[in-house]
This record gives sequence, structure tokens and C-alpha cells, in this order.
Amino acid sequence: MTLLAIEGVTKRFGTALALDALSLEIGAGEFFALLGGSGSGKSTLLRLIAGFERPDAGRIRLQGRDITRLPPPERAVAMMFQSYALFPHMNVRENIAYGLRRAGERDPRPRVAELVALLGLEGLEARRPQQLSGGQQQRVALARALARRPPLVLLDEPLAALDSGLRERTGLELRALQRRLGASFVMVTHDQAEALALADRVAVLDHGRIAQVAAPRDLYERPATRAVARFLGAANVIEAGRFALRSESAAPAYALRPERIRILPALPDVNATPARVTEIAFRGGDALVLADADGQNLRLVLPGGAALPEPGAEIFLGWDAAALAPLSA
Amino acid sequence: MIRSGAWLALLLLVAAPLLVVLGMGFGTSSPGVPPVIPPIGATGWQGSFEAWGLIFADTYYLDAALRSLRLAAITAGLCLVLGFGMALGITSAAPRWQAPLLALVLLPFWSGFVLRLAAWVGLLRDGGWLNATLIQAGLITEPLPLLYSEGAMLLGMVHGYLPFAILPITATLARRDPRLEEAAADLGAGRWTVFATITLPLAAPAAAAAFLLVFIPAAGEVVIPEVLGAPDSVLFGRAIWGEFFQTRDWPAAAALSTALLALLLAPIALYQRLSVAR
Repeated sequence: MTLLAIEGVTKRFGTALALDALSLEIGAGEFFALLGGSGSGKSTLLRLIAGFERPDAGRIRLQGRDITRLPPPERAVAMMFQSYALFPHMNVRENIAYGLRRAGERDPRPRVAELVALLGLEGLEARRPQQLSGGQQQRVALARALARRPPLVLLDEPLAALDSGLRERTGLELRALQRRLGASFVMVTHDQAEALALADRVAVLDHGRIAQVAAPRDLYERPATRAVARFLGAANVIEAGRFALRSESAAPAYALRPERIRILPALPDVNATPARVTEIAFRGGDALVLADADGQNLRLVLPGGAALPEPGAEIFLGWDAAALAPLSA
Repeated sequence: MIRSGAWLALLLLVAAPLLVVLGMGFGTSSPGVPPVIPPIGATGWQGSFEAWGLIFADTYYLDAALRSLRLAAITAGLCLVLGFGMALGITSAAPRWQAPLLALVLLPFWSGFVLRLAAWVGLLRDGGWLNATLIQAGLITEPLPLLYSEGAMLLGMVHGYLPFAILPITATLARRDPRLEEAAADLGAGRWTVFATITLPLAAPAAAAAFLLVFIPAAGEVVIPEVLGAPDSVLFGRAIWGEFFQTRDWPAAAALSTALLALLLAPIALYQRLSVAR
């Protein structure tokens, strides 16, 4: 069931086109990630959904209702800001209760207590935001956004302000929470690992357009375009006609996952190339090898137990035709 | 070196004059130059408490003090409300307009203080621009008594002190985080509620500072009430002026000055605390 529908939304800032006739549907109970670099339009899209910006063209519908022209207070959407935007003159309890009071709740205490328990904030209720750690602030911001049980929660880089050690655990907690509440979460991130790890579906944004929408695994295995393949990182993009390519379908270029490349004892006729090892990084579970094949850098990942070549060694690389994912552009 | 220089300057320019004024309040007035005998002379203590007795003897000075505090409070209140509105307007304007708008606020204050007062007189007097225009338009036949009134005095006071209110509030509002107001709107707060629950409380220390920054000098103001105000309502500053230059009772004038400073000590201390907290 569609919860949020973005229909041909265009947004310009002066002459710059931030969103270009973008359309997207997000389902109820879905954890959706908007992935893109800076200037891709992902944050603008989030601000349009929240109502802080108005589109120049197109419509936004929430639960079937057109909300394009509704001001932020009238939308059943809650946003968690990257900087958390906690009210510095209110304590944790008052911050969480803010939305409940605006909704006319006479006694917000039971719901606040529920959220405090849900996010493990017991004992911090009377503290001001500046007296909390980054992780605690993040949880207060989340509690405040969830207080009115919005069907749609927007998260702007929810993990970016956290220490790297805390990021992975908090991400998993975030997803567990989303599953438990059944609300839809839309997360903006520039970190592809974060998007792939947490989201049910990921939209890759590029220059105000959607380059691809897919489940993380499909996105990783079958990137649609060169831009997506490059942005997801790690994948090798090989132009048609190089390395005696023989694929299952014709395309201008192909993505080749690093773990699908093997080191061969002899050079086959197709789907193979001689190369020189330039760099090796042992990573515990596996090893990353960078090789130079006729001027193109190829990345390959070898399993941890495999014998590793020496830097500078001349080797033969090969792959299966099925490993080549066709790119449309 | 700079530190000791600063202390020396404070000693010579602030502490020493204050001590002189404080001491003069316990002196005795006598015809001569200066018209006062210091409280401590060659034979030791020779002062008196006469001046202090005089200023507490009748309600003339107390009334003047209350009138001054009332004027200062009304001026500061009006400056606060107007200044807050103008600061909000300036800080919500497009960034390229903010500096020009602020310059417009300050522009009149690069012209002379007396010149501006003269301009008000020219506008408000019986044959002035306002009355002439109204008579020409046929709205009135006799000139309205605009000048030398409580209203004219307030107008001059607010006009004179408004920048002291606008500047600290603008500085604080310009630094505010727009995300906080967006977050409040996102959580269901309308424009007015956002202002009342987020913008205003966060700017409250600056607003209080702005109020005091106007209140403190306004309480001792002499010139504006003298030029624009009604002649019969004596203010504290006017009373000090009168004792110094008309009756030439320097001990009484010094005692009044000391009393004014004592009255303003609490607001000054409060202002200091607010500036440190910001």
C-alpha cells in the first residue's frame, strides 16, 4: 500500500535545478533510503516532504491526500534533523512533550514516559540537551519525532553526527524500532553502506533525478547506470569492447563486482585480461587487490584463505559472463 | 603593561571622579570657587550630612526620581517592543538586505544629537510642519499642542534610545538556529506558537539586556525632556542640573548624583550578569 507518492516534483533554487520532475512511491511500513552525494537533491526532497519548501511543479500525496500546499504543522510527518534541533531551553521531557502539547494533549506524561522507556532515556528526563552525549541527543530527537505516532518519519542523516563506533549499533536499533512501530521511515544519507544495511529499498539520486530504485541486494548486484555503480563504490565499471568482453546481453558498459573476479593460471580467450598488481590490502576476512589492466584500475576481493600475489606481480584475471551486470547509461 | 594601564585609566577616569562626587555630597556649600568646602580638611573631619537631609526632607526629589524611573521604564518598554519587531524584520530579510537595513537604523545617529532634537521641535511646534500640514488640509483650525508634552518627550526618548535595543536583539536573533523553528513547526506549532515558545524564550536574555541598556541611561536623561517635555514635570536629571548650575548647591547635587547611581546599581548588576551569561 502506498503511503507517500511524489509525482513529478520539480524544485528550482534560482537557476539551479534541485529536483527534476522526480516521481517516487513509498509504501506503508517501509524503511526507505534516499542515497546521493551532496547536491543530488536528497535533502531538498526531504524538506519538500516535511513542507519546509514548496515544489515548483508536481504533487505530493500522503495517504492519498494532496499535501503539496499544506504548511508543516498540518502534515502527519515528523522529521529528525541532522543537527537534532533539540530545544536548548527545554529539558528532555519538555522536548519530547512539545508535539503532544501542540496536538492539544492535556497530560502528555504517560506518552512521554512510554517514549523515554522505548529509547532508554530513563533518568535523563530533567536534563537539558547540552548536558547529553551525542547518542543521547539523537535518541531524544527520535523520541520527539515519534511522540505523535506519525505514519511517516523523516530522518536527515540520522547517524552522521555520531562517533563511528556508535553508528553501526544505533543504525540497527533504528531499524529494529522502525519494524516494531510499523511506521514508514525515509532516511537521507550519503553513506551507501548505511543505506544498504538499513533500508528495505534505496533510491539513488543523481542531479535531482532518480538514477535507480531497488532493494539493497539488487542495487548492489545490478546497478542500472555508471553513476549508480560508481556511487555505490567498489564495483568496477568496464566499457563494452574491452578485455574481450562476452556478456549475456548487449550494453554500453558493465558493472563487475570485485569478488566476482578471479586470478587464473592461464589467460582464456574471453572475459579475461592480463594485469599487474599495484596494491594489496589484507582486511582480515578478505583481501582487496588493486590491479592495473591495460591502463584501467580493477579492484578485486579475494577470500581470506586464498594465496595472495605480490605487489608488482603479473597475473591473469577472469570472470564469468553472468557476473557482468549491464549498465544502461 | 596594558593591564596596569587599564587599571590606571579606570582609577583616574572612573573611581577618582566617583569618589570626588561621593565626598562632595558630605561637604558644605559656601560662596566661592568651587562653591563647596570638602568634608575632610587640614583639621580632619569637617563635613556634614546636611545635603542628604535636604534631599530626603521633602518629596520634591523623590517625586522627580519616581518620574524618571517611570519615564525610563516606559521608554525601555517601548524600545524593547519596537526594537524586537525591527530586529525580527531585519534578521528575516534576505541576507543581502540585512546590512543595509541595519545601516538605515543607525543612519540618523551619525547626524548630531542636538540636530535631531531640533528636527523634532521643527516638526512638532505650533507653527511646525505637522500642524501647518493639518491646518492646510483643513483638518484643524488651531495648532495642536504637540510640543512640550509627555508624548513629545516619549517620542524623543524612544527615537534616541531605540538603537540600544535593536542592536543586542538583532545580534542574538541573527545567530539563532532556523532548524529549531522548523522543528517546532514540524511538531505542529503554528507561526505564533513557534514565536512564543521558541524564538521569544531563546531571545529573552538579549531582550532583558536591551531593556536595561535603555533603562539605565534613560533614567538620568536631561536633555531630551528639557527640549521636548513639559516644563512643569521635573525629572531626576533636571533636579541634579538645577542644584549644580542654578542654586549652586554642589553638596546637594552630589548627593542626588550618588542617589541616582545607587538607584541604578541593581539594574546595572543585572545587566552585567545577563551579558556574562550570553
